[in-house]
Amino acid sequence: MASASVTVSPAPAVQYLLRVGDTALILGQRLGEWTGHAPVLEEDIALANMALDLVGQARALLTYAGSLEDQDLDEDQLAFLREERDFHNVTLVELPRGDFAATVLRNAMLATFFRLLWQRLRDSSDAEVAGIAEKAIKEARYHQQHACDWVVRLGQGTEESRRRMVAAIDQLWRYSAELFSDDAVDEQAAASGLGPRWSELRPQWETEMNTVLQHAGLEAPAPGKFLSAGKRGQHSEHMGYILAEMQYLQRTYPGGEW
Amino acid sequence: MVTATQERVRRAWDVLDTVLDPEVPALSLRDLGIVRDVIDHGAELEIVLTPTYSGCPATEVIERSVLDALQAEGLAPARATLRRAPAWTTDWISDEGRRKLREYGIAPPGPVMPDEGVPIRLFRRESAIACPHCGSLHTEKLSAFGSTACKALYRCLSCREPFEHFKPI
Repeated sequence: MASASVTVSPAPAVQYLLRVGDTALILGQRLGEWTGHAPVLEEDIALANMALDLVGQARALLTYAGSLEDQDLDEDQLAFLREERDFHNVTLVELPRGDFAATVLRNAMLATFFRLLWQRLRDSSDAEVAGIAEKAIKEARYHQQHACDWVVRLGQGTEESRRRMVAAIDQLWRYSAELFSDDAVDEQAAASGLGPRWSELRPQWETEMNTVLQHAGLEAPAPGKFLSAGKRGQHSEHMGYILAEMQYLQRTYPGGEW
Repeated sequence: MVTATQERVRRAWDVLDTVLDPEVPALSLRDLGIVRDVIDHGAELEIVLTPTYSGCPATEVIERSVLDALQAEGLAPARATLRRAPAWTTDWISDEGRRKLREYGIAPPGPVMPDEGVPIRLFRRESAIACPHCGSLHTEKLSAFGSTACKALYRCLSCREPFEHFKPI
């Protein structure tokens, strides 16, 4: 039956690309939830536009990842017919969208990460990946500018906006450790030239994020021991719900189109 | 001497000059600079397109309208392929395209600064955007994003008209 779940190749290159693609996809899905709900119209449009860019980047990566290792899976099958354990997004993106402060902070953390990652992927030994990165880096930079300006505005805004930014940092910052925790997938990607070990992005990410927080009058918490593992398929309790919503239509009406 | 291939390719480019961008119908695909190549394979024509934004929802519509337009002019069979690198940039919008944008009420993009790898500057001052209606540089940004991913919203403080700005990327 067409709605049966699909599984993906365990090949490290496929896993590496899905980590990037799924992180963009699930963040895009989360940002899409703001459509019609953002505090002001301009931000409603901004969040929807950023979601669109992220889903577009995810489409390119999923399409390509699904063609590797003789898999013959298309972007729709990968997005709508995989089960939770086969998604490789970092946990940070699957957390509920929270309030506007949490949304802005998460966007700043991820757009900064993505800009640094795309920058390295432009030199990928894989021409297709380099091509996707060439386009995506321009978008990530625009997202980073927008989100980081907002972190400063809210940090320096009212007592209420500052309180919310502090709460967002308390809640989300610990999930950044996962972005930089390497494993065999990173090693393989670094060895083949597909892409960098994500840990290599950490120093620059910290420099840029600390600059933003400093301007905002905010502070990053000291590193702790907490380490999420979404990119290895071990997700939080929120992942099932987001997939249920995202996959509902294709699971219920297999192959449905509009 | 003009070969049959050269003639077919020239006609295809003429057709592409008549296909309008669905989101910015002031511009043809050729003005926008997203048609990178037209290749005659003998049995069929290949139209090489490059996407403007990763998530541009118009991409599929554009492919279809290209193929439809070629078919209407008797240039079928043809197929459209996507080329991602080098990435599309607003620098590829033709002078003719910029003129059309201004007439349509959209401020055209300035030159692109190659700054992808440079850290952002918070609350960076942007160069003034001229109002496409009255030419005044006394304008302000209302929204970093607009009705489509490629545009931002502005208003003119001289003639008081709102307008869109095609962002340089």
